[in-house]
Amino acid sequence: MNFRRLFLIATPYGWLLALFMVPFLIVLKISLSDTAVAIPPYAPTFDLSAGWAGLKELFSGLDFENFVWLTEDDLYWKSYVSSLKIAAVATFFTLLIGYPVAYAMSRARSEWRPTLMMLIILPFWSSALIRVYAWIGILSSEGYLNQVLLWLGVVDQPLTILNTQIAVYIGIVYTYLPFMILPVYASLEKLDESLLEAAEDLGCSRVSAFWRVTFPLSKPGIIAGCFLVFIPSLGEFVIPSILGGSRTLMIGKVLWEEFFNNRDWPVASAVAVVLLLILVIPIVLFQRNEEKNA
Amino acid sequence: MDNKPAPAPFAPWNDPAAVPLIRFEGVTKRFGDFTALQSIDLQIYPKEFFALLGPSGCGKTTLMRMLAGFESPTEGTIWLEGKNIAPVPPNKRPVNMMFQSYALFPHLTVWDNIAFGLRRAGQDKNTIKARVEEMLRLTRLEQFARRKPHQISGGQRQRVALARSLALGPKLLLLDEPLGALDKKLRQDTQFELMDIQEKTGTTFVIVTHDQEEAMTVASRVAVMDAGRLCQVDTPQNIYETPNSRYVADFIGEVSILEGRVAAVGEEIAIAYAEGAKPVMTRCAETVAPGQSVFYAIRPEKIWVGAEPHPDRINSVEGTIVDIGYLGDVSTYHVRLDSGQMIKALMTNAERYAASRFTWNDRVWLSWSRHAGVVLAS
Amino acid sequence: MKRNMSFFNATSLSLGLAFLYLPMLLLMIYSFNESRLVTVWAGFSTKWYGELLRNQQFLDAAWVTLRVAVVSSTIATVLGTMAAWVLVRERRFLGRTLFSGMIYAPLVMPEVITGLSLLLLFIAIGLDRGILTIILAHTTFSMCYVSVVVSSRLVTFDRSLEEAALDLGCSPMQAFGFVTLPIIAPAVVSGWLLAFTLSLDDLVIASFTSGPSSTTLPIKIFSSMRLGVSPEINALSTILISIVAVGVVVAALVSKRQIARRETEEREGQK
Repeated sequence: MNFRRLFLIATPYGWLLALFMVPFLIVLKISLSDTAVAIPPYAPTFDLSAGWAGLKELFSGLDFENFVWLTEDDLYWKSYVSSLKIAAVATFFTLLIGYPVAYAMSRARSEWRPTLMMLIILPFWSSALIRVYAWIGILSSEGYLNQVLLWLGVVDQPLTILNTQIAVYIGIVYTYLPFMILPVYASLEKLDESLLEAAEDLGCSRVSAFWRVTFPLSKPGIIAGCFLVFIPSLGEFVIPSILGGSRTLMIGKVLWEEFFNNRDWPVASAVAVVLLLILVIPIVLFQRNEEKNA
Repeated sequence: MDNKPAPAPFAPWNDPAAVPLIRFEGVTKRFGDFTALQSIDLQIYPKEFFALLGPSGCGKTTLMRMLAGFESPTEGTIWLEGKNIAPVPPNKRPVNMMFQSYALFPHLTVWDNIAFGLRRAGQDKNTIKARVEEMLRLTRLEQFARRKPHQISGGQRQRVALARSLALGPKLLLLDEPLGALDKKLRQDTQFELMDIQEKTGTTFVIVTHDQEEAMTVASRVAVMDAGRLCQVDTPQNIYETPNSRYVADFIGEVSILEGRVAAVGEEIAIAYAEGAKPVMTRCAETVAPGQSVFYAIRPEKIWVGAEPHPDRINSVEGTIVDIGYLGDVSTYHVRLDSGQMIKALMTNAERYAASRFTWNDRVWLSWSRHAGVVLAS
Repeated sequence: MKRNMSFFNATSLSLGLAFLYLPMLLLMIYSFNESRLVTVWAGFSTKWYGELLRNQQFLDAAWVTLRVAVVSSTIATVLGTMAAWVLVRERRFLGRTLFSGMIYAPLVMPEVITGLSLLLLFIAIGLDRGILTIILAHTTFSMCYVSVVVSSRLVTFDRSLEEAALDLGCSPMQAFGFVTLPIIAPAVVSGWLLAFTLSLDDLVIASFTSGPSSTTLPIKIFSSMRLGVSPEINALSTILISIVAVGVVVAALVSKRQIARRETEEREGQK
């Protein structure tokens, strides 16, 4: 009985400790190490055979140099700020597009709703990489969008959208739209229709009934949806690297380049640590919001 | 008590030689700081239909779950046929349980649900088949054997749960609110069916319920519980007619209680309940001393309501009707005595227009005999 | 009960769905384009599918991806189900907060960080990067998704069913095997499917943890994409999207039919 319990707890626990916790501690440690021209390219390294003395030496070799470096080189600053800005703006647009869709779904006939739900979820099951890639063909200067605009005579020069921030916004909105629609829809679907009838009965117009009753009651869904879009887009790598071009700065992309192109592991690790620290705030807020509405 | 009715044919609890099937000995159960059961001593005899009755949170479910093996006592011992059952896990006990939610396995058919325990016991195919069919016949479920639990009605599910828990032929069957999920009409029919099955199989049943009517109908003995203690353990009739406390009197059926002081002790004792009012005269089984403060409990149906005092009854008081509840077969009168106490009285509407005999604010006399009520010390 | 949809609602719904599906549709249509210039229509052709099937690199990558996905999602389902059980049933043990934190953290952790940290671990312990390291990495993050899916089912699971099984003579292990598992099976299966698609689609974590001999399909697609749009990628994407779409639609239809059948049976059962 007790052995069974121990086995059940220890197996997933041990796995997560070994492959989630320990790696994270290693990142933390390397972020405090110095860059070295060696394999692995950082110093000091931890030598198990040196025992306690080795551990002491290890700690004396650690410092916050890389973090100081992050504040000195404005590349990192700028990419953190621009990640926050891109994530925030994209979240706003996702809400702007997602809310009417969720609202329309909640007004649809009940026998249609499961099908609509499936249509919203379906793209989520297919590869995000492919879905982002699909936009290259649309947004490039000889792409479908420019072809249509030129044919319509709206523009006489092809627009440059691909490899700009606008393309990144589109990519994020497109990728994370289901994350916004589903929680908003869930909160709107629970809404009792008689509340609206009561509001109209008490003298509200249709429009003011929406702003005074429907919208406030869907706020938990809106907040949840915003966090679900904001949090993953902050550390996004695929979208800016495919659609954003070299001038779009996002921290996930900077980390990748620091690691793969510059092979600067300590700085990459420091970037990761700071990104996590930034993420803690929205995650804690999100958790609070969920508990409040649980 | 010596004023008991003639002994029932089945009453092992009165037989000093009878060996109990279950014996609780000083059983206490604590969950953290909360004491769910406080030093319980209790014997349950073979073939009994024993009811644990009490409001929710009184500890009756905990008591039952200890018998099933899902909880173990913090202190004390539970003996089953002379063996301490604390170290025996639920799957090794000759005890089966019918769950409040029925807990029918949704992925198995009725047949497989009933066969579940037999298969775990490793019985051979033919034995299992014969036993399942016997159970299906007993619970009149033959034509539903191939259905899944969601394909049958609530009453049928209840019978599947019963059949499943009886299939292994347990020494003791535990029933946790077995009729709670059924509507009233079906509940009444099922009560008699349960009694019938209990009699046919000869299994000892322990039933947990919060419905006093259900407990009174089905049980050979009832244990009334409150806040982790046993208040009274006795036959339904004794619980009703000679409750041992105000709590039991009030929990089972309707009752009016007068608070007073023993004024005189003789063949009858006199209880003074109000300044200037004539004391209540009653027989009393307990020994009481003059001056002792007591409660006098009387059931509404024991009281006669009339325009004048009843000539043959020793007690008569006058009061005013403040409320009438017309229930068709009977009417209840809420009468305020001139001394301020409220008394409930019940009249059978034996004639079609009898109910209109008295109306609100009428002055009436309430009369009752010296055997009608009981004197309670607490 | 519901009013008919207003013009506004119908418009926003169709625009929203068009936005979600048009890019993929265009991609699929142009995968049948004759020309190598992807954005210029030059007639119908299936030649890019043929090219794709002759491209050994893509086939190798697909085979690696499939093996990784099957193995990692299966291990992740076992571990994730155990973790879900622990989360829901074990209320008290040392470090429970840390445990649930480690279950939920990977769900919000940016992939670049998960990938980086795992790579640094593999280097630190001297494990050569290859299929094994990708499987370890994918198992770790997808077991968390599995445990979320399974625990949401376990929370609503009626525990008296397990007690009934124990009462009828099952050992705790038998009770799990005969009663709990068959009932929560749909959640376990969707957990597996989720883990499978997560593994199939993952680019970032696989890029960090793969070795030179273990290129997965997303890595291959990504490196070709950097060179711009190509008709082979369009063809490959079309195949992948179709498989997922067919799978999801079939699963939805099957479960819808099951629910419908169950409902009629329940109605008949009450009679």
